[in-house]
Amino acid sequence: MSASLIVGVAFAYLGLLFAIAYWADRRADQGRSVIAHPTIYALSLAVYCTAWTFYGSVGRAAASGFGFLPIYLGPTLVVLLWGSLLVKMVRVSKTQRITSIADFIASRYGKSHLLGGLVTVIAVVGVVPYIALQLKAISSSYHILVQYPQVVTPDPSLHPPFWRDTAFEVALLLAAFTILFGTRHLDASERHEGMVAAIAFESIVKLVAFLAVGLFVTLGLSGGLSGVFERAQEAGEATLLLAPTVGDYRDWFAISLLAALAVMLLPRQFQVGVVENSDERHIRRAIWLFPLYLLLINLFVLPIALAGLHLFPSGSVDADSFMLTIPMSQGSPWLALFVFIGGLSAATGMVIVETIALATMVSNDLLLPSLLRRWRRLPPEADMGRLLLRIRRGAIIGVLLLGYVYYRLAGEAYALVSIGLISFAAVAQFAPVMIASLYWRGGTREGALAGLSAGFAVWIYTLLLPSFAKSGWLPQGFLEVGPWGVALLRPQALFGLEGWNEITHCLFWSLAANVGAFLAVSSLRAPNAIETAQASAFVDVLRQHRPAHLALWRGSAEVAALTALAERFIGAPRARAAFEDYARTRGVASADDLPADAETVHFAETLLSGAIGSASARVMVASVTEEEPLGLDEVLGILDEASQIRAYSRELERKSQELEAATGELRAANLRLQELDHLKDDFMSSVTHELRTPLASIRAFSEILYDDSDIEPAERKRFLGILVSETERLSRLVNQVLDLAKIESGHADWHNEEVELGGIIRQAVESVGQILESKGARVTQSLSVGEANVWADRDRLVQVMVNLLSNAAKFVPADTGLVEVRLEAVAAGWRVCVSDNGQGIAEADLPIVFEKFRQSTGGGDKPVGTGLGLPISRQIVEHFGGRIWAESPPGKGATLCFELPRTAAPSPSSEAES
Amino acid sequence: MQQSSLINQRLASLFLVGLLVLFSPLLGLFEGAQTWRGIPLLYLYLFGVWALLIAASAWIVRGRRS
Repeated sequence: MSASLIVGVAFAYLGLLFAIAYWADRRADQGRSVIAHPTIYALSLAVYCTAWTFYGSVGRAAASGFGFLPIYLGPTLVVLLWGSLLVKMVRVSKTQRITSIADFIASRYGKSHLLGGLVTVIAVVGVVPYIALQLKAISSSYHILVQYPQVVTPDPSLHPPFWRDTAFEVALLLAAFTILFGTRHLDASERHEGMVAAIAFESIVKLVAFLAVGLFVTLGLSGGLSGVFERAQEAGEATLLLAPTVGDYRDWFAISLLAALAVMLLPRQFQVGVVENSDERHIRRAIWLFPLYLLLINLFVLPIALAGLHLFPSGSVDADSFMLTIPMSQGSPWLALFVFIGGLSAATGMVIVETIALATMVSNDLLLPSLLRRWRRLPPEADMGRLLLRIRRGAIIGVLLLGYVYYRLAGEAYALVSIGLISFAAVAQFAPVMIASLYWRGGTREGALAGLSAGFAVWIYTLLLPSFAKSGWLPQGFLEVGPWGVALLRPQALFGLEGWNEITHCLFWSLAANVGAFLAVSSLRAPNAIETAQASAFVDVLRQHRPAHLALWRGSAEVAALTALAERFIGAPRARAAFEDYARTRGVASADDLPADAETVHFAETLLSGAIGSASARVMVASVTEEEPLGLDEVLGILDEASQIRAYSRELERKSQELEAATGELRAANLRLQELDHLKDDFMSSVTHELRTPLASIRAFSEILYDDSDIEPAERKRFLGILVSETERLSRLVNQVLDLAKIESGHADWHNEEVELGGIIRQAVESVGQILESKGARVTQSLSVGEANVWADRDRLVQVMVNLLSNAAKFVPADTGLVEVRLEAVAAGWRVCVSDNGQGIAEADLPIVFEKFRQSTGGGDKPVGTGLGLPISRQIVEHFGGRIWAESPPGKGATLCFELPRTAAPSPSSEAES
Repeated sequence: MQQSSLINQRLASLFLVGLLVLFSPLLGLFEGAQTWRGIPLLYLYLFGVWALLIAASAWIVRGRRS
């Protein structure tokens, strides 16, 4: 096949890609974006599949069976976690205007320039082998195809001088193409819509090309899938593939893990997956569409490998080239050309996105910060935008040349797949820091620096240097015997871990060093103010609706200064447009009327960080504003405000519940007081009524005696007798009222001593004896106990007994009255009962005889007595800890009893009374 | 929001199932020279399981919305 045909078709294809990109960019500027579609997003993620997938999978399968598969199984599984992981990354990147992976890590850990620079260096050094791989693929595929109809793989030991080396020319060509693609202008959001459209297109092309070869081999050559295997079996070759195993489980797992990390952490993957993402909801479709793509592009790897092994027995043709050489050997040059384009597509897609991502990092996170430091914050050049673009173009050329250099130094010693895995292991060093940044509030700048440096150093020592050694640029002894002959430090058998696959070995040691150093150094000090603020912004990003760090800025700024700064980086027209848009969202007429507050400053910072990275943007904005640095306390205070408010509201709830309970109690107490008030009123009215009655008699009879001086002496004596008895009654009543009041209020005087109940009974019977005799009643005493001792006030107990006996005397029938006094021992103490054979008490009245002013009529209409005797008795008995009650079985008169406790030790309450 | 976290939970469970199916000694059952219609079992198993995982994730992510 003629070289000019191949080159012509290649250029035509690249031109097509460029046209698609240009068209997509134009549509985006008009506001009708082509790429805002979830399928396009998922296809753009397929830039993960490069020439490595296209050519190298078959090569690996031919050599070791299923060893190529974990590179795709890992990502298939990790996408299932993207619902949280990737969404968080995208959300954080949008809110913080993060435009690269170096920016992400630097922004999280204190907006540190040093950290961003280190990540950039690791990314560049790590990805250079991967770029070399693409160059190798393009150049070898060209060399194979150009020799059609001969099928011969180029001699790897041939080393033309670089100016005649196809790979070098390819490198330059790709550099030019990428510069045209991605550095025409500086976009504030670092989004490249045209690039994404072109990548999605080329993903389709490479899938179709691969499937074409797969179908060609399976259906065209062998008549079905089983046919492929059967044919190989008959020929007795490729036994490894016919009895496949997964090989060493450690490698199976390690490579899957590596791939799972790389699918997110490779600069190009971060670029298309996070930075170019236009809508979080697209991630949903990517979760199944992307693995489906991976499945389809791997479906025919084994059949192709088997066919190749069958067609080109034992190593005459390099297995990496089966994709090309099979169609060539079967006389299908057009298919072979299509395959070449497919491989070219895969390689260019990778190179474009990867180098643009790396160039962004180099300009924003590596060179610009050091330039800023040199100029002491404020750049002297007027138009920063052009400077940045020039830096980026230089970086693109530089990275591609580095890729070519690596290809010359180390490319031949390895199959394609192995080179790729070296790069995977490098970017895997970002994993601990990235995952921690989204899920752990701890971690400091120094910790991240330590972890990354340690992991990177181990990677260099265990993978990069050995790759040079295997190509002869370093002495072989370094590998076999270890540096200075120290066997424990052998780069691929570190500390005695022998027999491990070099990738697995490196992964283990580098991640161990990385995580260990990260955790150890992070724990040396607590995170400072800005690390804490960023931690909250990252870890809580799904819970926040406003960026919290707006509140975390204090200072003053001039809007004009901010606009001027923006103009210097992204150009006057775009800066003005951006500020005008922002002014409209703030509800202000024009950008000049914008308030110079924290929100405007934040807007300016994010606008700039799209172009120059968040660390540099912060420095630039700080140079034109006067910021008051917030201490850690204030930051924590602001961040804790929310939790404080929550705590206060809980406290408030508790207090209001207590308040309710107290109100309830108060209401109840009020009710009781009102009742007592009524009772008091009743009492007062009863007392005054009782007082009035004798007073009325006294007054009446006094008046009669006064008015009528002619009253007979006998009549006069009668009236005076009534006066005397009424006065006595009156004073008795007053005394009792006072007595009751004193007892009830607790102000009575009690003279307590040990008293003997029998003596008290006898005393009382004597004093009431006269009344009883006058009525003709008999009194019997049955005192069954000899010494019934209680602790009480003697006079008061006598008062009680007298009261009970007078009551009995009142109601006992004349002449046949019988009053019985009983004293006996009971469980509770001593019981004294006074029974009479009077008319008894109605059952309904039994409880109320002890209430104030209640009297049963004693056979006549006029009540005798005051009605206060029994209430007083009750107060007295209950004061001494006893009880008093009335019984009245029908027809048997009434019995009033009281019980008192035996003397034990004197109770403290009665002691306190006296 | 709750719907999406339920989806994430289901996806996480599918992730664990995938780990079990692809990274445990289960694989050992399918290694070797056993074939089905001439095709090695391990090939069928790996790609079959892979396809099922994809189908399951597509189904989960679709949810009940159209």
